[in-house]
Amino acid sequence: MGKKILLEHVNVPGIQGYDVYRQMGGYRSVEKALKMAPNDIVEEVKKSGLRGRGGAGFPTGMKWSFIDKKSGRPRHLVCNADESEPGTFKDRYLMEKIPHLLVEGMITSSIALEAHLSYIYIRGEYMWVFRILEKAIKEAYAKGWLGKNIQGSGYDLDLYVTCGAGAYICGEETALIESLEGKRGNPRIKPPFPAVVGLYGNPTVVNNVETIMDIPWIVNNGGEEFAKIGIGKSTGTKLISASGHIKNPGVYEIELSISVEEFVMSDEYCGGMYSDRPLKACVPGGSSVPILPAELLFKTAKGEQRMMTYESMSDGGFATGSMIGSGGFIVYDDTTCVVRNTWNFARFYHHESCGQCSPCREGTGWMEKILYRLENGYGTSEDIDVLWDIQRKIEGNTICPLGDAAAWPVAAAIRHFRHEFEYHVRYPEKIKDRKHFEYEPWEKVKHLMAKESVLV
Amino acid sequence: MSLAEITNEQVVFSERLMKRIDELKSHFPDDRKKSALITVLHEAQDEHNNWLSVPVMDKVAEVLGIKPIEVYEVVTFYSMYNQKPVGKYMFEFCRTSCCATRGAEDMMEYTCKKLGVEMNEVTADGLFQVKGTECLGACGYAPMLQLGDYYHEFLTPAKMDQLIEDCKAGKVELLSKV
Repeated sequence: MGKKILLEHVNVPGIQGYDVYRQMGGYRSVEKALKMAPNDIVEEVKKSGLRGRGGAGFPTGMKWSFIDKKSGRPRHLVCNADESEPGTFKDRYLMEKIPHLLVEGMITSSIALEAHLSYIYIRGEYMWVFRILEKAIKEAYAKGWLGKNIQGSGYDLDLYVTCGAGAYICGEETALIESLEGKRGNPRIKPPFPAVVGLYGNPTVVNNVETIMDIPWIVNNGGEEFAKIGIGKSTGTKLISASGHIKNPGVYEIELSISVEEFVMSDEYCGGMYSDRPLKACVPGGSSVPILPAELLFKTAKGEQRMMTYESMSDGGFATGSMIGSGGFIVYDDTTCVVRNTWNFARFYHHESCGQCSPCREGTGWMEKILYRLENGYGTSEDIDVLWDIQRKIEGNTICPLGDAAAWPVAAAIRHFRHEFEYHVRYPEKIKDRKHFEYEPWEKVKHLMAKESVLV
Repeated sequence: MSLAEITNEQVVFSERLMKRIDELKSHFPDDRKKSALITVLHEAQDEHNNWLSVPVMDKVAEVLGIKPIEVYEVVTFYSMYNQKPVGKYMFEFCRTSCCATRGAEDMMEYTCKKLGVEMNEVTADGLFQVKGTECLGACGYAPMLQLGDYYHEFLTPAKMDQLIEDCKAGKVELLSKV
């Protein structure tokens, strides 16, 4: 069993409520933080090597040190609980099971940033979790952990939870801030970064739920202890939400030092393939990251064992690697059609594009239409090249990373599975039924592609 | 009902809703009350048969002290706000990749057939509606749907039948309590 930082007490009966949480050592990090100099807390987080758990993996301590403390403007901490990346459902699990850990993390982190008004922004669909957090916050106020003069320290902090209403884009930090201000979730142009001009024009830090929930442990045990777990610059533990064709879908806390093979095959985690069918591909870090074919999942292109770390997962760049991203680990068996799955993702990004930048607004729609055409047997071999061209022209040409996130899955699918796209063009009658690969997996039909093309 | 009749409707928010709105407004600085808009719209929608008519949106603008256009532009951006009447029990199936690989499409087809409707169509009695939606963050618990404030997960045809029966019998809770 690996070390548990976040889920250690998750199965303790009553841990959702204040009393049990407190008995299990809850809110100790607040007591400690109130006696520390705020910048010492930031230093401790830097030492821990903690990287943002929302997907980008930016060092948290460094992000905190960018916050403008000189201007004297009020500062804010905002928790990004807008979890919407397909494949990712870890934050919901954390908030549902141990809401007070988030409240504690928000208080301790606000102390470090010297913020006196902080918010948790949760996606609107998690309405019942919103209620759980509201209740936890009320309990924390009643017990003197929030409000004026926290535990007699002279430090004031107000914390509230607010929600979105169904927009993936609000997971992007500047769109989230816009939405928190009661507006459409259109991302802002950076710079200025939120650390300087954020919520209400004030210096703001936006952190993922899991990132904030790691803070109490780091403050209690020291950054160095956290950094002892994991490999290299991948320190601590990480929650992985596993889904798709595996025996045990669910949320797992792993040390950032186990191998991908162990994660997929061991009974402690995914438990191997559902229905014992062969593994075909995996999207290891949420829908935005490149899909990996089976042969590149357990081993890198260099033949080394691939590990569940930021570095190993991206070994080989986008040519033969991927990213650990948000930890949304989606496994596909041989019944999956990569073209259909890519169309599914393209539809998602088209639906979620905010519409500000034309490459993304138009490009995501074009990609969806072309992929739909290919998947339904109306595609041409030219379509595959057009698709490649569109994704290339979206990437890097938009205000926010949604454009990249829409482009990468399409690029990776063509890069690794081009033959399947070509099969859809050449044998339209064989892919008319959406379950075509359930009846005849790719391995059974790929010999057809060896025949000379009738199209030439 | 004609558009004119709809737009001339007088909207009165209940005392409970007004109290809740005051509470939500209190979470934001004095000159930033607009920040409560998205949460307030959820509450208003919950109290008006799960959709937002123009008069309801105008009333929200009034209680928050903002212009109606500021409400309309938000309502049209976010997918959880319904701008037309909807079925009382709206089954919103997640159909994104992870759910799709574990049978979401089959479940949607099954449910439509069972209720005798096409996607997005409301049943004649106004009770049911089937919709497809994008990732709801329940990827490991597929196939699943959202009904009101709650998720129903690991669906099977038998569970779907039961859910429909429970809805008909009025045994299904739609809204979570504050």
